[in-house]
Amino acid sequence: MQIDFAHFTPVSAFVGGILIGLAAAMLILFNGRIAGISGILGGALRFSETRQNQWRLFFLIGLIVSPWAYGLFLALPTVKIHTGTWGIILAGLLVGYGSRLGSGCTSGHGVCGTARLSRRSMAATLTFISSGMITVYLLRHL
Amino acid sequence: MTLLLSFISGLMFGLGLIVSGMTNPAKVIGFLDVTGQWDPSLGLVMAGAVLVGFFAFRHVKQTHKTLLGEVAHLPTGQHIDRPLLAGAALFGIGWGLAGYCPGPALASLLAGEIQPVIFTLSMVAGMLLFNRTH
Repeated sequence: MQIDFAHFTPVSAFVGGILIGLAAAMLILFNGRIAGISGILGGALRFSETRQNQWRLFFLIGLIVSPWAYGLFLALPTVKIHTGTWGIILAGLLVGYGSRLGSGCTSGHGVCGTARLSRRSMAATLTFISSGMITVYLLRHL
Repeated sequence: MTLLLSFISGLMFGLGLIVSGMTNPAKVIGFLDVTGQWDPSLGLVMAGAVLVGFFAFRHVKQTHKTLLGEVAHLPTGQHIDRPLLAGAALFGIGWGLAGYCPGPALASLLAGEIQPVIFTLSMVAGMLLFNRTH
């Protein structure tokens, strides 16, 4: 293992993490809901739950307009995407189906579940970080 | 009132993802690439978020109420079962493949690239497939 000091951004990562934590704290403290993006989006896609869906839609709109709000004050950071179109499509299907089957993703299990010390969420987080690391190893180093 | 707070929470969540660099798939893959040039940033994002979240969840776990006196919906499942682990494993494969998970994908929809749009449409299809079968 070699740390990539050229790309490691500890301060902005930690500050951004605190903002994410505050957002999750706000949602549980005021709305009594878990800030799990896959659960919120997947729930909103069950169109029958109309009353439950109001808060979900408001949360999703806030999330979607965030780059626009950021762009009012600062230039958006440049991003690098190396995956081709078919890879992106396959990845989206796996992330969508897998996060619903596993009842959560990086936000619901990784942040909220870990923060509330849930064994279930910690097991899920270790599992997806491991399978993500194995996938990147197979793609990059074999 | 709670709807406005829900909107602000989503907005703040997205800003946190952008500030932390997590809307850049190369940075996410850099964290997962432990045997190559490893970028530990994502670990610090989680540490910051979990640190703040810990105190909020500890409070709600004790009171079972929101600060506005409403019922708080905390997950009740305790059991580490097969769907949890299988779903997490599939999710991780997709995450490693493209470097996107649901939050950063949605927080990149209006950023100008086409890939997050394709990813999100495909992710929605995966979720609808799950909803149809469960």
